[in-house]
Amino acid sequence: MVGYIWAFLIGIGIIYSLISGNINVINESILTNANEALDLILNLLPIIVLWTGILKIAEVSGLLNKFANLLNPLLSKLFPTVPKDNKALGYISSNIAANMLGLGSAATPAGLKAMNELQKINPEKNVASPAMITFLILNTAGVTLIPTTILALRVAYNSQNPGEIILPAILATTCSSVAGLTLDYFIRKRSQKWK
Amino acid sequence: MEIISKVILPLFIIVIVFYGVKKKINVYDAFLEGAKEGLVTTFNIFPAVIAMIFAINIFLDSNFLSFLVKLISPMLGNITVPLEIIPMALLRPVSGTASLAIMNDIFKSFGPDSFIGRLASVLQGCTDTTIYVIALYFGTVKITKIKHALWGGLFADLIGIIAAIIITNLFF
Repeated sequence: MVGYIWAFLIGIGIIYSLISGNINVINESILTNANEALDLILNLLPIIVLWTGILKIAEVSGLLNKFANLLNPLLSKLFPTVPKDNKALGYISSNIAANMLGLGSAATPAGLKAMNELQKINPEKNVASPAMITFLILNTAGVTLIPTTILALRVAYNSQNPGEIILPAILATTCSSVAGLTLDYFIRKRSQKWK
Repeated sequence: MEIISKVILPLFIIVIVFYGVKKKINVYDAFLEGAKEGLVTTFNIFPAVIAMIFAINIFLDSNFLSFLVKLISPMLGNITVPLEIIPMALLRPVSGTASLAIMNDIFKSFGPDSFIGRLASVLQGCTDTTIYVIALYFGTVKITKIKHALWGGLFADLIGIIAAIIITNLFF
């Protein structure tokens, strides 16, 4: 999927510039692009390293788990088909908590473990269970409290107030999460009626 | 509103560090261990960043987008959405690196404090790489029938994009 899009972007870019007589710009672009990638990484590196360091403290001290536990009561309402003492709920809350803190590398392993646990209680092994779908919709809505990479780039480009986008981003995320979960809820209701 | 934005980050750090001290863990060692992981992660994404910056810049520099804009702008009428944001919105669900590359480009051309710069920041912050996550998560447990997971996730993204546009307009 990403491969096709990547090839498409390059293909369209080069072919269109050939047709429109823009070929000098493309030559320059090809030769200077890699430098820009290096600049981007160098801009991001310090704050990512700093933030993963800070968050490691939260992980080791158990604060991350505590934060995840806060989410538990809400989660058991969102996942009525999962038994309350099932391990899956713990993994789901760790996944969401890690995502909220912008800790993608810790979120993915927890998310995959959650999927494995959900698969164990899934009656049809090749069909997505309702709980899995709810989990993925919640996950992909992307609730992030501290968007470190964005902050780092805004600082690098001399923003007057890099953090001003945090609150709007949280509000927008809330809208998309609520919309996704509501849609999921109604689809589930309707499919129950058919049965 | 502005004060909340400015308080979030320092508050987070003080809570995390003090809780660590209270639990009697070695906060400094924990920090170093995490920082090392962050370093490895960043180096690991470097090839993907090069690949995406390369493709996105060729696409943007070819001016194909302004050609497209000329084609569709009569249809949009009075809606004022900065058109440079459209490729970012389209690529966001597929690749976080691609949308990051476009955001970088927007910051470079317009600055992070321009309307489009703020909108790009909010957009990057409010949705995730839906298609990638769904492929990875369902792939690991070998599920082939995903029912409404994909379009449910994309619907949430769409609402997120619309919300980002409205909220950015309201805030700034």
